Amino acid sequence: MAPHKNTAAIATYGDHEVIKPENKLRKYVSDTPFVPGEDDPVARAEAALAAMSGEFGSMMDEECDRLDKERRAVLKHGFTKATTEKLFHAAHDIKGQAATFGYPAVASAADSLCRLIEYTPDTTRIPTKLVDQHVDAVRAIYREYTRSDAQDLAALLSSRLREVTDEFLIRENRNRPDILEQITGGPSIVPE
Amino acid sequence: MVRIDFNRLRFLVIDDNAHMRRILRTLLHGFGAREVYEAEDGAAGLEAFTHYIPDIIITDWAMPIFDGLELAQMIRQPGANANPYVAIIMLTGHSEKKRVTAARDAGVTEFLAKPISAKGLYQRIVNVVANPRPFIKTKTYFGPDRRRNVNASYVGPERRKGGKADLIRQTALLEKVRSPG
Repeated sequence: MAPHKNTAAIATYGDHEVIKPENKLRKYVSDTPFVPGEDDPVARAEAALAAMSGEFGSMMDEECDRLDKERRAVLKHGFTKATTEKLFHAAHDIKGQAATFGYPAVASAADSLCRLIEYTPDTTRIPTKLVDQHVDAVRAIYREYTRSDAQDLAALLSSRLREVTDEFLIRENRNRPDILEQITGGPSIVPE
Repeated sequence: MVRIDFNRLRFLVIDDNAHMRRILRTLLHGFGAREVYEAEDGAAGLEAFTHYIPDIIITDWAMPIFDGLELAQMIRQPGANANPYVAIIMLTGHSEKKRVTAARDAGVTEFLAKPISAKGLYQRIVNVVANPRPFIKTKTYFGPDRRRNVNASYVGPERRKGGKADLIRQTALLEKVRSPG
């Protein structure tokens, strides 16, 4: 495809330049405001996502199977660079997608596993039992999601996993104050 | 809400997770976009960027070969590709402060934390289309201005040097104390 030609206004200062590239996308913005009853693009996108929600269960099945497979690889080969990255990635994807798939309560246990891997300086010291507990919790919360008390059980389980993980991480990072601050640190700064 | 003619925008979605690519494609088509290209890792994403010249890139952070951060750094090379100013929206499960700062310093335009929502994605797209920030080029950085707005209560030195560089006037604490009223 033919590249766009960039024209930019450049102002040069002592140690930096301020560049204002031509905004070629501005012409796609309409100043005409939406009127009540008009087709809302956000609502349309939400409806499109809802229309594919029937597939979310099988997608979540696949993600949980993948997490289980990577757990087994860690148990078989130990925490190598490759097995560790794949396990982290599988947990990280569940953390990010569970709510979209309609299973938000699964995300916390997956997040705890991500923290366990990310903040342990020497991953070979991670007890495999703790990995098992996380993976089993993720799968159990998902499997039992239709139970009436599923949300409460998920919260309890995730909270306990997080406590045990934090105890381990604080011990493992006792000589790394910057990491300790992150482990016990504040909430996300990203706006909703 | 700002109205955008989505069917004239060209998107590139880069994510190694097929499910997430499908969700993003569904949302973008829902907004009205027609041109949505996909790549499943950073290397394929860079190739697709060169080939399709998208208006907006939506990329994951953690990916094989090279990740979304490295991809952003490769794209933000003035003179090295067709559009180093392209809008980059980073979509990721990482939302910790150090991660957001790292993405900002790599030249990412907007940051969107998972779980994704139609509203959140729409707002980020509106920001990059309707209100793009100027770019700043220094010895160590090239990318969108990392100062999103003027902080009237900021106290401290102006870090940008030279002539009219003091575009954002910052009052030192001493001056504030001395000034009447």
